[in-house]
Amino acid sequence: MSNRASLFVTCIVDQLFPNVGVSMAAVLERIGWAIDFNPAQTCCGQPAFNSGYRAEARSVALHFLDVFRDAEYIVVPSGSCTSMITHHFSELFAAEPARLEEVRSLEKRVWEFSRFLLEVAKVEGVGASYGCVATYHDSCHALRELKIKSGPRLLLSKVKGLELREMEIAEECCGFGGTFSVKFAEVSGGMARTKIESIQKTGADVVVSIDSSCLMQLQGALHRAKLPVRTMHLAELLASR
Amino acid sequence: MSPQETSRNAMLSRIRTALGRREGQLPPPLPEIYLRPSRPNLSTFFACIERLNGKTFKAGSPAEALAYVAALVKGKSAVASNSTVLRDCGIAALEEVTCAGADKTVLRALCAESDIGISSADFGLADTGTLVMLSSHQEPRMISLLPPLHIAIIPENRIIGNLDELLTLLPAPVEQTSSMVLITGPSRTGDIEQILVRGVHGPGELHVVVI
Amino acid sequence: MAANHPEKLSTTLADANLQLAIYAGTGRLIDHRKNAIAGDLLPDYEDLRTHANLLKKHTIDNLDYYLEQVEQNVAAHGGKVVFCNDGTEVADFILNLAKQRGAKLIVKSKSMTTEELDLNERLEHHDLEAVETDLGEYIIQLAGVKPYHIVAPALHMTRYDVADIFTDKLGIEREVVPEKQTMIARAVLRQKFLAADIGITGANFVVADSGAVVVVENEGNARLTSSAPKIHIAVAGIEKLIPRAQDLSVFLKLLGRSATGQALTSYTSFLSGPRRQGEVDGPEEFYLILVDNGRTKLLADPDRRQSLYCIRCGACLNHCPVYRKIGGHSYPWVYSGPIGAVITPQFHGVGKDPWLPFASSLCGACAEVCPVKIDIPKLLLDLRADVTAHKKEQGESKMERFAFQVFAWVMRHPRVYALGGRVAAAFGPKGGEWLSSAPWFLNVAPVRGWLSQRDLPPPAAKSFRQIWRER
Repeated sequence: MSNRASLFVTCIVDQLFPNVGVSMAAVLERIGWAIDFNPAQTCCGQPAFNSGYRAEARSVALHFLDVFRDAEYIVVPSGSCTSMITHHFSELFAAEPARLEEVRSLEKRVWEFSRFLLEVAKVEGVGASYGCVATYHDSCHALRELKIKSGPRLLLSKVKGLELREMEIAEECCGFGGTFSVKFAEVSGGMARTKIESIQKTGADVVVSIDSSCLMQLQGALHRAKLPVRTMHLAELLASR
Repeated sequence: MSPQETSRNAMLSRIRTALGRREGQLPPPLPEIYLRPSRPNLSTFFACIERLNGKTFKAGSPAEALAYVAALVKGKSAVASNSTVLRDCGIAALEEVTCAGADKTVLRALCAESDIGISSADFGLADTGTLVMLSSHQEPRMISLLPPLHIAIIPENRIIGNLDELLTLLPAPVEQTSSMVLITGPSRTGDIEQILVRGVHGPGELHVVVI
Repeated sequence: MAANHPEKLSTTLADANLQLAIYAGTGRLIDHRKNAIAGDLLPDYEDLRTHANLLKKHTIDNLDYYLEQVEQNVAAHGGKVVFCNDGTEVADFILNLAKQRGAKLIVKSKSMTTEELDLNERLEHHDLEAVETDLGEYIIQLAGVKPYHIVAPALHMTRYDVADIFTDKLGIEREVVPEKQTMIARAVLRQKFLAADIGITGANFVVADSGAVVVVENEGNARLTSSAPKIHIAVAGIEKLIPRAQDLSVFLKLLGRSATGQALTSYTSFLSGPRRQGEVDGPEEFYLILVDNGRTKLLADPDRRQSLYCIRCGACLNHCPVYRKIGGHSYPWVYSGPIGAVITPQFHGVGKDPWLPFASSLCGACAEVCPVKIDIPKLLLDLRADVTAHKKEQGESKMERFAFQVFAWVMRHPRVYALGGRVAAAFGPKGGEWLSSAPWFLNVAPVRGWLSQRDLPPPAAKSFRQIWRER
């Protein structure tokens, strides 16, 4: 095993939440992994795919395939983008056997961050310390497509000073849903408010997730409601010491 | 060809074209039958019925069953099916009880007016507290349906495990009856604010007597 | 809002009482289901789902065979199968039969298929009285509205709404206690049952090897509808077939639990034809109407066929965070929620309500609870692609298509992407300020949409790639 990880820093993280990427790199380096970051990377193409623009999504996916052709471990700070690659790229190339084979090989090399820590790096504690009461939001694609449920909680349980309190509706969607959040803004906003009500009931001061897009939605709604609850990506918590 | 036949043939031909099938083509083998029969258990049977607000009674003898029914029908009007189980208990002979007879119109009027309907049941499904009723010359459909209270008498050896066991014993109910009804608890609704109300159209009270 | 969805959506969201009614109502159904499959109450739940899916797949893949089989078996027990292409043919058949038999009054038990066909309206035009007898359906029929939910038609109404409707339509004194309201309906409908000439039920399952219909209910109204009048007509979509009576166990174990959390509902009727010789009561005639009404359009594509596996349990509605906000009447057809969003565009064409497949956050809660494992999110995604293709043909949404073409081009050109991101950030508010309304230079629909509900954090000073390069 080479102990070299290639980061896929999703477009949302790259442009809006760079600290999530920095934190992910810091955690991986701390546990002894060398990091590659190929600046030719951009996006997984999910916005186009979810909006029904398959040809456009396919062309972005082709770019992704090129960029990560030689990467052995691709680590992603997002359940949703991971799922786009491992569960939906294949649909874009269903009629192209050669490409499909490339996708099948790629699928095995792409790892959502928390799963990478537990299943590849095989670490649970990364020496993190952060005093807070936290509640964990299950992001939909991580939970239902990648079946990630207990892993992030296990990692959180090893953070010194952190108390984890489950909210009642941890598995309910935050309402982001990509372009859904602006096309159906009122519905999306209503979903976010239902979610933050449940977050508030736990008395937590931090909401944690493995998807920055969900956190952007929750953060925006929390700020609008003037609630003193912070949002943190799992990587940011694990990087704290 | 009648318009109905035209519709029929057109529909079937659309379906075959869409599915890529030929007329008369046999399907591939069906998935295996999935049945997991369970063992009968009288206390589970009773517990399930009671959880649904039904009443249960274990009669040690036909005489005990008769006494239980007699107490319930006292001062009320009741209609009983022609089932031999009821006759053997002497229920048909009770003063308040009228027997079903074979005339549909008479029976329906009787059921619509009676306070209580008394029937047998062909099986009891222990795992769900279900009565299985096959319509026949002995057991009309209406007795367990129109009166506000239904009493079912069932011999203990008719209690089986579950629906899977029923369909194992009775793989083709249509060979025996035009109507097999599974009754699990009293008639109920939750259509107004999901508040549970019993006795909407069927009986709101259910008594199950096992002999 | 960008999409041209109905105004009902906004009014539903703005109605606090209605919001509470929907959220609480679906919430209770969620809890009931959860409790019914929890722990070892149904240890083989996953096996049952897999098997139900296999059986539905097999049946739909060979539908013509099972349709002919059920036709023969119904005839063998003295009934008749009638194939109808659409609502007009169904209504014509019933009207004709009613005329021949001199029938005036029809009682009906809850059936989504007849709702889909607007059967009541069609019959009323011809002076036939068709009365709904399921309590919820009776209430909404009096109110003159469509069902709000596949299994709980009056989910959106309170006891006070019901009181108003009963007072208004039945001319009785105002009554607000649900138990008493129920008894009022019982008394009115009991007379209808006893006087009715024809009873129309739906069918939860049509059993091919038996020539039988299976009707699942709690109130007893379907038993009365199928047994009291001289004529019983069952109306079912052609997708309701299952091959064998012995397959029923799989489906019945899943249906009640998924719908209302019941191991079995109060009544499950297995009905095959008119009463037999010797039987004391039951109908004298039995007809099974099997309806296409667009279903065959879904058969050609092996992937889309799964939309027809649905057993109408309503679990996907209860678990859908979108349904729970917008309610049943925001959907364009009688089928609401995720399954409605999947089948409506396929029945009616994607051009009719193009917003529908997009009204989802794709959270996948629907597929997670579907007892027959319909991959609803995948179907929604496929339909989205259909909608964009359709719009392209029609020359619509040119700006959106252009935007996604630009998006894809930028994402294939990392330098442009990096530069573009920084330019956009430069336009954002300075000094760590959050954005709560759109400044003039960002006054575009998506930004307005976002800010209508939430704030936008200040842009990052540097992108990750800048930070990485500089470290």
